[in-house]
Amino acid sequence: MTLEAALLISAAIFSVGLYGAISQQVVVMVMMGLELMINAVILAAAACWWFLAPGPTGQVLLMVVIAAMTLEMAMGFAVAVLLHRARQTDMTDMATDLSR
Amino acid sequence: MLVDIAFVALGVVAVLSGAAVFVVDSMARATYALAVSFVAVGVQVLFLQQSYVGVVVILMMVMEMAVMAVYMVMFMGMNPALMPMSMVHSNRTAVATAVLTFLLLAAGILVVDWPARRGSPPPEVTEALGEALMGPQMLVMAVISPVMVATIVAGVVLAAPRTRYDRFGDDLRQRPPDDPQPGGVGR
Repeated sequence: MTLEAALLISAAIFSVGLYGAISQQVVVMVMMGLELMINAVILAAAACWWFLAPGPTGQVLLMVVIAAMTLEMAMGFAVAVLLHRARQTDMTDMATDLSR
Repeated sequence: MLVDIAFVALGVVAVLSGAAVFVVDSMARATYALAVSFVAVGVQVLFLQQSYVGVVVILMMVMEMAVMAVYMVMFMGMNPALMPMSMVHSNRTAVATAVLTFLLLAAGILVVDWPARRGSPPPEVTEALGEALMGPQMLVMAVISPVMVATIVAGVVLAAPRTRYDRFGDDLRQRPPDDPQPGGVGR
């Protein structure tokens, strides 16, 4: 159990999440990609805490990351509901107004 | 040694189940795969001696994935366990970006000369976290609290089918309000 091993696992999870966030068309699946990326951040932050500076303040950063994940989920679901209500769709390709 | 093997095995499970999210043929299975990935990472966090954070991650994510499965059923309008699906765009770009990101991160992880550990973990990690949250780090949580309240309000406003403009008109002066079910006291 080394810092490098934990960070490599974290990097792999982050990359998989990035793939999902870029490639998926369904809003909820995009959110799953983002969740995976935050999952990787949790692991990386926990590993850095344990292997580099195991003081109590490092754990507070983890609590902030978990809170950020909760907020992302809540807002993501709200946007998904809004999109479904307004456009009768759950696809990102149907909500590209700002890209024009 | 056994702990090392378990840690790496959990990492492999977390990565593979994370990848399965975007490979399996149903959204329900994708949700379960994501839950498995989160539980694996939560157990890894437990291995890193952070009992409270690890348990919070596991409990929260299992519940969150249960909610997500409900959303899948709501939006997909079909049996989410049986319907094959492949809804991707820019697949090659996404794969290339993900692989490049991993290589870049891995190179950084392996090249960097990581410093030695500073200090030692407190004997009671959870107690130390609680004291930090109730003491010097209280401002962090005090800032997060209004952000969470704002998220609740914003979430309800975004997801609500009818807003005050539907009820009171564009200038908010229409009286009585246009409600599908009028109020019970003659308003």
